[in-house]
Amino acid sequence: MTTTVSATSPPAAPAPAAPPPARKGRNRAGKQLHGGWITYTVLIVFTVGSLFPLVWTAIAASRTNTRLAETPPPFWFGGNLFSNLDTAWNDANMGAALLNTAVVAGTIAAGTVLFSTIAGFAFAKLRFRFKNLLLMLTIGTMMVPPQLSVVPLYMVVAKLEWTDQLQAVILPTLVTAFGVFFMRQYLSQALPTELIEAARMDGASSLRIIWHVVFPAARPAMAVLGMLTFVQAWNDFFWPIIALTQTGNPTVQVALNGLGRGYIPDQSVIMAGALLGTLPLLIAFVLFGKQIVGGIMQGAVKG
Amino acid sequence: MPTTSGTAAPPAGQGGAAPRRAAETSPLDPREQRRRERLSRRYRRDIRWSPYAFIAPFFLFFAAFGLFPLLYTGWAALHRVELTDPTHMEWAGMHNFSRLWDDEFFWNALQNTFTIGVISTVPQLVMALGLAHLLNYKLRGSMFFRVAILTPYATSVAAATLVFVLLFGRDYGMVNWALDAIGIDPIDWQNGTWTSQLAVSTIVIWRWTGYNALIYLAAMQAVPGDLYESAALDGASRWQQFVHVTIPSLRPTILFTVVVSTIGATQLFGEPLLFNGSAGATGGADHQFQTLGLYMYEQGWVNLHLGRASAIAWTMFLILLLIAAVNWLVSRRLRKSQ
Repeated sequence: MTTTVSATSPPAAPAPAAPPPARKGRNRAGKQLHGGWITYTVLIVFTVGSLFPLVWTAIAASRTNTRLAETPPPFWFGGNLFSNLDTAWNDANMGAALLNTAVVAGTIAAGTVLFSTIAGFAFAKLRFRFKNLLLMLTIGTMMVPPQLSVVPLYMVVAKLEWTDQLQAVILPTLVTAFGVFFMRQYLSQALPTELIEAARMDGASSLRIIWHVVFPAARPAMAVLGMLTFVQAWNDFFWPIIALTQTGNPTVQVALNGLGRGYIPDQSVIMAGALLGTLPLLIAFVLFGKQIVGGIMQGAVKG
Repeated sequence: MPTTSGTAAPPAGQGGAAPRRAAETSPLDPREQRRRERLSRRYRRDIRWSPYAFIAPFFLFFAAFGLFPLLYTGWAALHRVELTDPTHMEWAGMHNFSRLWDDEFFWNALQNTFTIGVISTVPQLVMALGLAHLLNYKLRGSMFFRVAILTPYATSVAAATLVFVLLFGRDYGMVNWALDAIGIDPIDWQNGTWTSQLAVSTIVIWRWTGYNALIYLAAMQAVPGDLYESAALDGASRWQQFVHVTIPSLRPTILFTVVVSTIGATQLFGEPLLFNGSAGATGGADHQFQTLGLYMYEQGWVNLHLGRASAIAWTMFLILLLIAAVNWLVSRRLRKSQ
C-alpha cells in the first residue's frame, strides 16, 4: 500500500498568511494528520457493528434453542457449543459440505487465476487484430446478470445429468471477465514490455515467456485475485441452490439453506452450522487480513 | 529471466548480437539456413496466433456459459417450458411477457427491488465514504480497523441472513430487546412492509459497507496531496476540502461503486429468500419483500414455469441496460460540466 504523502514536500515557503491551526486530514503541507477521538469513536462503533453479529453467532451456537427463546437474549457463551456443532455436522452433512465447498472454491480460484492471467497478459502486452473490440466485449460481459443464464444452464446441467454434481457449480464460473480485466490492468503496469522483448530476442516462445516472465511478475496480483475469487466462490448462493437441488452433495451455502428451512428449526444448531460455514474464511481473515485488505484496495485503484 | 534459452540463435560472426543482420552478411551452410527459416516461421506463427490462444479459454467459457445461455433464455422466454421436462418446449410467442404486464406480483417484486435497492445502496455508500475519510487519517491500529470492517464481506449471504433473522426476531430478537430498553414497542420486522425491507437492507449494508469503504480509501490515497495544499492555502475548511477536493477526485470511483451496487441490488436473492425462514420463495406472507430475483426463482423452481422465469430474467436484463444507459448519460453530463 502506498500512501501518497510525498517525502519531499516543499520546505514551507514564506507563507503569505499565518497557517490556520492544524487541521485533521491533511495540513497545508499536504501531510496526513492524526485522527482525533471522534474518529476513533466512530471507527470503534463501526468495528463493533461489523464484528458483533459474528460474535453473537458463536454465542447463539453455544446455547440451547430454549435459551435463545427467552428475554433478554444471551450475551455470553454457554456450554452447548460442541453438542450443537455435532448436531449441525451430522444433520446438515456439514463435513461433506465443507469438503465440497473447498473443492469448488479451490478449483474455481485456480482456474480463474490461471486463465485470467494468460488472457490478461495477451490484452496487456501482445498485439493482435480486434484486440480492443475483444477487450470491450470482455468488459461488457460483466454487465450480464447471472439470473439471465440460469434457466438454460439448468437445462444443460439437467440434460448432462450433472445435477448434484460439483462440476455443475465449477464449470460456469471457471473464468470471469473481472479476472481478465484485473490482470490486464495489473500487468500493463507491472510488467515492463522490454522484459518480454528481451526474452523474445533470446528466442523464447510465448509459452516460455508466460512461464518465466509473466507468472513471476504477476504473482502478487494472482494471489489477490485468487483470494477474492475463493471468497466469492465459497459464498456463492444463487447458482449452487439451483444446480445442487437434491442436497445429496451440497456446498456449505446449500446445506445452510437446508438447515434454515427445517420445520422445527433449532436456532442454536442453525447458528452452529453458520459458524462452521464461516469459520474457514474467518480464520483466513485473521491470518491474512492485511493482505486481503491490501488486495482489495489495490484492485480498486487498478481495476 | 530466461537468458539460458537453448533455442536462441547462435551468435554469428564476432559481433554476435544481432542475428538477423548477421544472417544477411555472413554466408551460412544450407542446413543452418533451413533451421533458421523453420525457427522464424515458428516464431511468426507464435507471435501471430498465441494471443488468440491465450484469450481463447475466457471466450470459450463465456460462449458456453454466458452468451449461449443469454440467447437461449430469450428463446425459452418465448416458450412454455416446465421444470419437470425442460427439453419439451412449446411455442408461446410473447405470452410470457404479456402475462408479466398484468401480473401484480411482478410489479410488486419490481417495486420491492427498487425500494430495497435504494434503502440499502444509498446509506451503504454514504457510510462507506465517511468511513474511508476517517480511515484516511493517520491512526493507531489502522490495519485492525480495516480488517474488522471488511470481515462481514467474508460472511456468506446464508450465514449472515440466518443470524439477522434471529437478531430481528419479533419476540426474542436482540433488536427489539434493545428498542424495548429505550422505550420503543417491539416491531414485527418480518411481517411489516417497510420494516421487513429495512431489515433485508440492513443485511446488505452490513455485508458491503466495509468493502466499499476500502475501495474509496484506495482512491482517496491516490489523490495528490498538493490539491489539499492549495485548497488549504485558499482558506478552504476541512469540510470544504472534502466536498471540493475529495469528492470530485473520487467521482469515477463513486460512479463505479454505484454501478456495481446497482447491479448487485437488481440481483438481490439470497437475503430475501432466507429472511423468510422456512416459508419459501414468496418473500414474506404478503410478498412484502419479494425481489425480482426471488420472484424469478419462485416462478421457475417452485411453480416449475421455466419459460416464465426466462421472461422475468430478460426483463431484468432490459431494466439493467436501461439503468446503465442512464448512468452513462449522467456520467457524460458530469464530465462535460467539469
